[in-house]
Amino acid sequence: MLELSNIDAGYGGFQALFGVSMTVKAGEAVAVIGANGAGKTTLLRVISGLLPATAGTMTMEGVSLRATPPHKIISTGIAHVPEGRRLFPRLSVENNLKIGAFIPAARQKFAERLAFVYELFPRLKERRAQLAGTLSGGEQQMCAIARALMSGPKLVLLDEPSMGLAPVIVAQVFDLVRRIRGEGYTVLIVEQNVRQVLRIADRAYLLEVGRLKASGSAAELAASDEIRKAYMGI
Amino acid sequence: MFTDLILRSPPQAGVSKDGRERNASMDCQLDIFFLEAVLNGLLLAGLLALLALGLNLIFGVIDVVWICYAELVMVGMYGIYYAHKGGAPFILAAVIGIVLVAAAGIVLHQLVIRPVLDSAPINQLLVTGGVLFFLQAAATMAFGIDFRNVGIRLGSFNAFDMSFSYSRIITFGVALAAMLLLWLFLSRSYIGIAIRAIAQDRQIMPLMGVDQRRIYMITSAIGGGLAGLAASLMVLQFDIYPQIGLQFGPLIFMICVLGGLGNMLGGFIAAFIISEFIAVGGSCFATEWGYAIAFLFFMVVIFIRPQGLFGGKS
Ligand SMILES: Nc1ncnc2c1ncn2[C@@H]1O[C@H](COP(=O)(O)OP(=O)(O)OP(=O)(O)O)[C@@H](O)[C@H]1O
Ligand SMILES: [Mg+2]
Repeated sequence: MLELSNIDAGYGGFQALFGVSMTVKAGEAVAVIGANGAGKTTLLRVISGLLPATAGTMTMEGVSLRATPPHKIISTGIAHVPEGRRLFPRLSVENNLKIGAFIPAARQKFAERLAFVYELFPRLKERRAQLAGTLSGGEQQMCAIARALMSGPKLVLLDEPSMGLAPVIVAQVFDLVRRIRGEGYTVLIVEQNVRQVLRIADRAYLLEVGRLKASGSAAELAASDEIRKAYMGI
Repeated sequence: MFTDLILRSPPQAGVSKDGRERNASMDCQLDIFFLEAVLNGLLLAGLLALLALGLNLIFGVIDVVWICYAELVMVGMYGIYYAHKGGAPFILAAVIGIVLVAAAGIVLHQLVIRPVLDSAPINQLLVTGGVLFFLQAAATMAFGIDFRNVGIRLGSFNAFDMSFSYSRIITFGVALAAMLLLWLFLSRSYIGIAIRAIAQDRQIMPLMGVDQRRIYMITSAIGGGLAGLAASLMVLQFDIYPQIGLQFGPLIFMICVLGGLGNMLGGFIAAFIISEFIAVGGSCFATEWGYAIAFLFFMVVIFIRPQGLFGGKS
């Protein structure tokens, strides 16, 4: 579904990604793990067009993403839940969801999808008239995921959904991710919470200072001594 | 002065219908004159709120202040004047004026604002300030310094010893209706919600499939259209001349800052506060005093609450 080959990217003179190649197949949940500053967020930003790649090729179901303007990438079926959730704090929950359905293809299905995400997250339905900025952290993460689903994506990019949440809520968020997977979405998730993310992912890539250092099934990586020492504190 | 024009409707200049002499020393009593002043302040507020709304919308969304906003209104007034003089019925002339200024808003955005979108605020102020002087000079060259008037007299409505010109009543009603429509647009439509969202988080808009440039163009067109609408209401009350923008431009900025720059609701309320200061102050003392008191009030508020009465963007 998603194919990256030899992608370079950076900020001004600073190069943050070096020759990254990866694939995500339909129906998979793929994790990207790595330390702070490894380039995980940068990688997702490059895929969704927020940051232009400087070299390499990138396709979504055969469509070149580098040739697609940033605001049209969502129409290829990629929705990005950004780091820090980035809801519109002074819009209601429901208007945040409405913005998620901004593209013409999604507007037609607004009512249907709204009913679907409210069923998935009944809490959001209760809070639909509330300003998004006043939601709790866990509710905000639900809202951010729901907003992404409103565009009717095939692939959902999740950037550290557990960031800044209390341990109990973190477990709930991973449960959420498992549920949207169960709904048939393909997931590419970035996490520092390595132990938990390897439990819900099929495969994983390890990113170190902008380069992919290892890849394999989630079970393989979870069993690797190196990764257990460096990222799981064992 | 602008307020002069507003506050003195032709039929009564100190003497009411029944010939009752208005107290020349202008002491402030709770009489019918006071009530009349309060109501006239209300009518004035509608127009000022409309003008402030356009400016606040642009600032809230694009983060740039159109210093030349009042000059866009002036351009609209000339457009309407010539369209009407050229034979168009007034309503058609007004529509032409609205479309003209909406187009001018787009041109302003594309040619002047877009190149400086990421520049320092001072540079943005300087370029739109440049447009202000350019438009004034161009209007002087093109139309001369004569005062022009569309020549429509609507008369006035009299009740209980008070008199209100119909042009002001219509202005108030149309301005309020336009603001209501805009509010509905911003709270219900996809584009409207995107306009509000972009003011809250610009960077992630592409993730929502929103083309920021297109939203900026639409917003500029709406901001211009509101200036055009204000122009079509103002030609009913005021003479047109190239410098007319200077008479009310500062007043609208004051209202916007008082209400919290970019805060549309704050600007709306501030327009009513300032208008009452001008109208009641003007009725108790002299028109110029009303203006002076309003500015004094503004300065005191800004010392105490630099972010304006109602804070920043909403
Ligand atoms: N806007 C930016 N301008 C310049 N450099 C940046 C910018 N954003 C990130 N970087 C740099 O790029 C590198 C990768 O950052 P990135 O945010 O992708 O890391 P990350 O893996 O997501 O880290 P974290 O786990 O802390 O979120 C870092 O060295 C960072 O300092
Ligand atoms: Mg990150």
